[in-house]
Amino acid sequence: MNWDWSTLGDFLPLFGHGVLVTLQALVLGALIAFALGLVWALAQRSPLKVVRWPVTAVTEFVRNTPLLVQLFFIFYVLPEWGLTLSALATGVIGLGLHYSTYTAEVYRAGIDGVPAGQWEAATALSLPRSRTWAAVILPQALRRVTPALGNYVIAMLKDSPMLMTIGVLEMLGQARQFGSRTFQMNEPIVVVGIAFVLIAYPASLLLRALERRLAR
Amino acid sequence: MPADAEPSIPKTAATTSTVDSPAGGPGGPGSRELIRLEQVTKRFGDHTVLDRLDFSVDTGKHVTLIGPSGSGKTTILRLLMTLTKPDEGTITVDGERLFPAPEQQCREVRKKIGMVFQQFNLFPNMTVLRNITEAPVTVLGLSRDEAEDRARELLDLVGLADKCDVRPTQLSGGQQQRVAIARALAMRPQVLLLDEVTSALDPELVAGVLDLLRDIARSTDITMLCVTHEMNFARDISDQVLMFDSGRVIESGPPEKLFGDPDHERTREFLSAVL
Ligand SMILES: Nc1ncnc2c1ncn2[C@@H]1O[C@H](COP(=O)(O)OP(=O)(O)O)[C@@H](O)[C@H]1O
Ligand SMILES: [Mg+2]
Repeated sequence: MNWDWSTLGDFLPLFGHGVLVTLQALVLGALIAFALGLVWALAQRSPLKVVRWPVTAVTEFVRNTPLLVQLFFIFYVLPEWGLTLSALATGVIGLGLHYSTYTAEVYRAGIDGVPAGQWEAATALSLPRSRTWAAVILPQALRRVTPALGNYVIAMLKDSPMLMTIGVLEMLGQARQFGSRTFQMNEPIVVVGIAFVLIAYPASLLLRALERRLAR
Repeated sequence: MPADAEPSIPKTAATTSTVDSPAGGPGGPGSRELIRLEQVTKRFGDHTVLDRLDFSVDTGKHVTLIGPSGSGKTTILRLLMTLTKPDEGTITVDGERLFPAPEQQCREVRKKIGMVFQQFNLFPNMTVLRNITEAPVTVLGLSRDEAEDRARELLDLVGLADKCDVRPTQLSGGQQQRVAIARALAMRPQVLLLDEVTSALDPELVAGVLDLLRDIARSTDITMLCVTHEMNFARDISDQVLMFDSGRVIESGPPEKLFGDPDHERTREFLSAVL
């Protein structure tokens, strides 16, 4: 394999931009996924069918269509209806929305995992429903699901190169652009690959440690 | 309909028992009916757990429910705590309907009732102190300081004054159950429901919790409705013991009578099995 250290030097500044964009998409996308997923999970426990039913429909639909199709839809189709978003905003919303349907399932399992006795104790103390959720159920549910949520952040990281297809210059986008300009693909691709490992592997170690701590 | 203005409910030997006070029963001087179940039926699917049950408990009395497992004792406490709803009948607490009643009214009536569970059900995400102050602050509107003062007094009463800041999971079962008792008392309920509160405890921890409850029974005027398999404890604290079988009260009376000279063969069998 051809390897040219000076090519690498040329790529690094661009790569730096790419890393920032990847992290930005990841952090913002994860925040959306965490928040929206919780909204879905709570809505699916609503006593009202008119709330539950549409939420189930939307989340099933989003979970069962490819992220790439959703990104294209937001980027190319929504503007026809007057909603134009930047490539990065599209990527953040697409990632966040797509993964919110997975985090919703995680939250649901976490909420279901809180023993019925906790609800009963809250009732016996006359705690209002909203307070029971906020002070008793969610804190316990969230603690249980933190590791699972973390796993989805790592999955989001690995899906983030899809944003390249709508023109977001995240790490891989930078590498491809650099490669098509200089015809030097080896160095950028290897760097990007290593970067993914360097972010994802420590993150998963951290999660495993967290999981062990929370299990205690 | 105010409970104390009511004539005594129709009695059938098998289903009715009224906890008579020494002063002469409901409406008599110095006694007031606090809890009344009338013709309460509860089914789970095809299985009728409580069958047109009638019974009442007077203010300040300590009533114990005994009977074989599966006879519906827990179900009665859960109905009173509104953790489950009857299929038929009426439940009245302190003159106010608990069932059937609009949710708003249930909420008010529920505040008069406290419950301690077999499995403690403390909130593991809160410190011991927070477990006790949470409801007084959010439900009764006490200030945090007031609630904490009250909580510390109660922790002192249950012998855990030094455990304010630990998490429930760091406590033994017996200690957790004492915290649960303190938590229930912090709401100053009129009635305390106790569902086999020592049956999940290691044997050496049972006595401490029972002694605490004896203490509370002796030193407060709280009404107690208690499900237990601890017959000595039942004998000590009860004004009245109700023997349950298959969702019906088959016999009731003061503990001396029920434990000493029961009328029913079924009661005798049960007592010889547990004693
Ligand atoms: N949630 C439930 N669903 C179905 N059956 C139940 C439920 N709760 C209690 N039961 C049934 O009701 C009967 C009485 O239960 P319970 O009140 O717990 O009895 P006890 O406390 O006297 O042991 C039992 O046969 C039990 O299986
Ligand atoms: Mg029971």
